[in-house]
Amino acid sequence: MLVLSHFLVLGAVLFCISIAGIFLNRKNIIILLMCIELMLLAVNMNFIAFSHFNGDIAGQVFVFFILTVAAAEAAIGLAILVVLFRNKRTINVEDLDSMKG
Amino acid sequence: MNIPMSDLYVLLPEIFVLTMACIILIVAVYIPKQLMELNYHLAQVTVIGAAILTLTNLTESSSIVMNNMFIHDPMSILLKAFIYLITFTVFLYSRQYLRARDLYKGEYFVLSLTALLGMQIMVSAAHFLSLYLGLELLSLSLYAMVAMWRDSKQASEAAMKYFVLGALASGMLLYGMSMFYGITGTLELQKISEVIATGKIENTLLAFSLVFIMVGVAFKLGAVPFHMWVPDVYQGAPTAMTLFISAAPKLAAFAMLMRLLVDGLQGLHTDWQGMLMIMAILSMGLGNIVAIAQTNIKRMLAYSTISHIGFLLLGVLTATKEGYSASMFYTIVYALMSMGSFGMILLLSRAGFEAENIDDFKGLNERSPWYAFIMMILMLSMAGVPPMLGFWAKWSVLNQVVASGFVWLAVVAVLFSVIGAFFYLRIIRLMYVDKPEDLTKIVVAADMRIAISINGLGILALGLFPQILFQLCMNVF
Repeated sequence: MLVLSHFLVLGAVLFCISIAGIFLNRKNIIILLMCIELMLLAVNMNFIAFSHFNGDIAGQVFVFFILTVAAAEAAIGLAILVVLFRNKRTINVEDLDSMKG
Repeated sequence: MNIPMSDLYVLLPEIFVLTMACIILIVAVYIPKQLMELNYHLAQVTVIGAAILTLTNLTESSSIVMNNMFIHDPMSILLKAFIYLITFTVFLYSRQYLRARDLYKGEYFVLSLTALLGMQIMVSAAHFLSLYLGLELLSLSLYAMVAMWRDSKQASEAAMKYFVLGALASGMLLYGMSMFYGITGTLELQKISEVIATGKIENTLLAFSLVFIMVGVAFKLGAVPFHMWVPDVYQGAPTAMTLFISAAPKLAAFAMLMRLLVDGLQGLHTDWQGMLMIMAILSMGLGNIVAIAQTNIKRMLAYSTISHIGFLLLGVLTATKEGYSASMFYTIVYALMSMGSFGMILLLSRAGFEAENIDDFKGLNERSPWYAFIMMILMLSMAGVPPMLGFWAKWSVLNQVVASGFVWLAVVAVLFSVIGAFFYLRIIRLMYVDKPEDLTKIVVAADMRIAISINGLGILALGLFPQILFQLCMNVF
């Protein structure tokens, strides 16, 4: 039988994977974008689990909004990535170092 | 679900801004290039119209409308009024700069207005959902604005960093929200605060969730240790966008802090007090010390922003009504000063030249005594020298910190401010003592000349009569 804590642990694990991905990844910006998506999905998992087990629909409605925002965010993120690649000819995270101080 | 007409009446400013943003989007696509000015005029009409709609619907008490999503209270009205004022001035300042760089297009105004809409919603949020959507509307518009200068390597790099860290912050904030939703069973800030007040919920659980919320808010404010994006974005973004980011969104971020911590989580103030204290001290320390080493003025002002954010947090952490008003006063004053300083950088820039190094201010007094004088007022105010407005802002915050019994904290704040005064005074020395290297004539449009003069003199004049603005902030809590 699945209980609330199973879902919460899954959400937390996904969240940790995405955070680790953002900080450990040193190669590719696309992986960063994937990690950001994963993070939002982890939050969705939390919301749906709470919504189901508390018997309150508001959490599921929130998830729809998060999904929509995530789509918009992906669009803007990829657009910025295209601009960046045109200018710098690289999508390596380590090459984003022109500003210091 | 029925929404009464009276609710929509409260929402009129937001509806108006949204409609106008859509209209400008269409107009910008279809009008010929000669009529580009129309976008600017429409955008300014939008801001003025929204201001009129907001100010004709004043209220003394707070009411929550739209199925408990949207709050209408004195604080939201005051903050919105200043957001309109700042957005209006920012459009005016940016005009010349954007035109010289071929960025003076419909997109800029559409994105600015959607950002404005996001700020309005954030300021009036009474529900996690409206807060999150307002925040994302603001952030997504800002990411796109930073990246708008497509040929600039630095701008696209800054946009990428801003985007990744901003999205990370939103994710953290959302995780915190989901935990609070699970614990309290509601998404409405007021109900959350009622549930917490019952004291039936285990405190460790609440504190754990609070940490995520705090991380998210600190990222958006740019408080240390979540400040990494601030210097890079301020430096890399086109100066007009930096001007936009540095002023009005700080008021919205302050509102978010107040809505979450005070409206929603007042019951946990012993927990967030400690977190804010650490962030405030680190922000003031790092901001003021690292700013000394900068040679790029945009980067220097970014570190100065971080230190000002630290000061702003000092007022909030007292967890008293007077502290909140002092903090609000500080935020408004900071936004006005920051607007003026970045306005000066815009004024000295011209086609093909960015006045972004501190050395570009050398001998400004010989080139134009009046602008040097305005810049001097702004820098003295940022440093907190009496009788400028910035002094009263610092004074009122410190007053509340001492009144709440944190004398040592006030001493630390003053020490860091004294260190910080060094780099503001250095700019004044460069302007008045050194010889100019760049002798190009400063050409400024009449409207911008008037606006920046009012901006500078206003800070001096309000500094002589600080009660006017301070009383406004006192009355809202």
